[in-house]
Amino acid sequence: MNSSQPSSHNQSKLVDESRSYALTTRISKIASWGKRNSLWPMPYGTACCGIEIMSVMGPRYDLARFGAEVVRFSPRQADLLIVAGTITEKMAPIILRIYQQMLEPKFVIAMGACASSGGFYRAYHVLQGVDKIIPVDVYVPGCPPTPEAVLDGLMVVQKMIKDDTKRPWKDHWEPGVWK
Amino acid sequence: MSPFFNAVKKNVLEQFPKEHFEFQESCGDEVILCEAKNLTALLSMLKTKHKCNFLMNISGIDFPEKQKRFEVCYELFSSSMNSRVRVKVAVNEEEPIPTAQFIWKTADWFERETYDMFGIQFSEHPNLRRLLTHHQFKGYPLRKDYPADRVQHCTEALPVHFDQPRTPESAVSDEGKDLVPLNIGPSHPATHGTLRIMAQLDGERIHRSTVELGYLHRCFEKMAETHPYNQVIPYTDRLNYCSAPMNNVGYCKAVERLLGVEIPLKAQALRMILCELSRIIDHIICIGANAVDLGALTGFFHLFTYREKVYTLFEKLCGARLTVSLTRIGGMAQEPPPDWTGQVLQFCDEMSQGISELESLLNQNKIWINRTQGIGAISAESAIEWGYTGPCLRACGVNLDLRKAEPYYLYNEMDFDVPLGTTGDVYDRYLVRVAEMKQSIKIIRQLAKNLPSGDYTIRDKDIVLPEKKDVYGNIEGLMNHFMLVMKGLRPPKGELYDKTEAANGELGFYLISDASPMPYRLKVRAPCFAIYQSFSEQIQGAYVADVISILGSMNVIAGELDR
Repeated sequence: MNSSQPSSHNQSKLVDESRSYALTTRISKIASWGKRNSLWPMPYGTACCGIEIMSVMGPRYDLARFGAEVVRFSPRQADLLIVAGTITEKMAPIILRIYQQMLEPKFVIAMGACASSGGFYRAYHVLQGVDKIIPVDVYVPGCPPTPEAVLDGLMVVQKMIKDDTKRPWKDHWEPGVWK
Repeated sequence: MSPFFNAVKKNVLEQFPKEHFEFQESCGDEVILCEAKNLTALLSMLKTKHKCNFLMNISGIDFPEKQKRFEVCYELFSSSMNSRVRVKVAVNEEEPIPTAQFIWKTADWFERETYDMFGIQFSEHPNLRRLLTHHQFKGYPLRKDYPADRVQHCTEALPVHFDQPRTPESAVSDEGKDLVPLNIGPSHPATHGTLRIMAQLDGERIHRSTVELGYLHRCFEKMAETHPYNQVIPYTDRLNYCSAPMNNVGYCKAVERLLGVEIPLKAQALRMILCELSRIIDHIICIGANAVDLGALTGFFHLFTYREKVYTLFEKLCGARLTVSLTRIGGMAQEPPPDWTGQVLQFCDEMSQGISELESLLNQNKIWINRTQGIGAISAESAIEWGYTGPCLRACGVNLDLRKAEPYYLYNEMDFDVPLGTTGDVYDRYLVRVAEMKQSIKIIRQLAKNLPSGDYTIRDKDIVLPEKKDVYGNIEGLMNHFMLVMKGLRPPKGELYDKTEAANGELGFYLISDASPMPYRLKVRAPCFAIYQSFSEQIQGAYVADVISILGSMNVIAGELDR
């Protein structure tokens, strides 16, 4: 702004300019815009998928392009739980507790076959899908999924936030109940 | 019979009543059968008189129809004589056998695992608790009468607890100490997946600690017993998932030895290229993650570019990036695409450049040196006692590399060196790994420049599936395919222990066949299982910050640790 101009002229001009830059929206929309473009994931990498998650964050696939590069290892600071890898029965109470420690709004991606359904481990010590104990929003297939598939899963979460998709699996969820 | 085994036999017959012993040979492995009462004396004798300094593996086997239901077998290795011997003992359900952990420290977890899986009792074991399955688990899963898919739920996490000291002398005193409990993991950025360390702190130092494992116990061995031989290959991928092809090769090599077949030279060379590429990318993860944990992020991002390049090479070969399942019993799955070796050679050039950049990032880096030099040092004797193999052992200055000691495939024709360290600390482990990457490049170059011609697999109708063009093109091929799928690949009866030099050390497969299409028993000797056992002892008295540094240098991969 030109400071040499008299202040009275300046004020009227300022009002005009602010009108031309104004943006009208709903508070829920602007909140969801912020929410979906700054997801803070907690990568819960337990197995092979944990290595592929490294690739997703690595230089070639670069999760930062989707605004989700601020990886948090504390569930209290994260709003997206990426379950990357097999969850065993021994791990089940821990993942449940981690999910409960996350603050709302929160989303869960089950990355890979093991997290989605137990995969090809139909075995005595493997939880047959993490959705047995926590509500899952997006399942990403693959063993392990390619990084492109994980990015696609993340974009689905973003779309869910954008459309404010109903999530009955989460609303009806009770902790500690094996489905 | 080897001269070593003859000497052992002579000595045993002199010292013990001979009706208690039996000497056998199975697929070239030499076996002593003994009774439980002679076990400790026999093992001690083998260690002291016959220099069997390594206890490589302990595994249980269940034979429900036999009078003595279980067998426990001990895999011994003498590095100075370069010889191996297996000791087997048969036991009843209630009959305890003496623990071997006062002879080799490494026996501790192996025995606990055997107890966990079979319910075999080891007398005088101070911590005979479950190791891999959760604490609410009932029954013994690797017994033949336990169904593979009977899941038992775990409803609560195990609270912080500590192991009993191995001996009364090794106990640490709490007197006058103000101890703070600290639980690290299993969800912690530095525990690389699923490890859990429970500690008591005296100020900033670790006073006492115990590690809990089994958070990734995916029942590999039970799965192997319930799947046909070729279908086990994808499961082996997921043991050490940082270098999946090496597990494929180790497993297939074991089955091929059981079958008594030799794979064509081209398949051998391709497997070696895959193994060495895997060794490079495994070391990339280890060094990269270790540096990230200590705050050096650049190295990780930089190195990961090269890992991606290897993924691309794998993808061109088979379509998968990480878990490739590239081998088949009898050779490889398919021919490499044209000019694949040319691309491998190009990668070698880029990787050499990458390694020198990595060295300029870390070798002289003051922070890196301060955080790694003199940290986690271990003597060669102690390392052998714990059953260390691979880079961690060589960092202590022990020249043991199976590629040189017991060469397989074309390794004895290759020109390469075995890098050694001196002190066994974290910095030496890093240096050894970097030097090994250079040697791997050297091996790959020699192989890729002169890839042997010929077939990529054997063509035995009872072992290898025919090619698809034959299956769809002619009746012989179709019948062959049908028969092999329906009847299965059936190796002859027998048992063997086969080993390869994986990225972490000796990867062993103890395989028993009862001539059925599925393995009767498959026990994996995971290198980091032995190494990680020493962790509690290594971090005693160390700073909490150094715990992270030591853990990263051990390269503990939960997939092969918990299986």
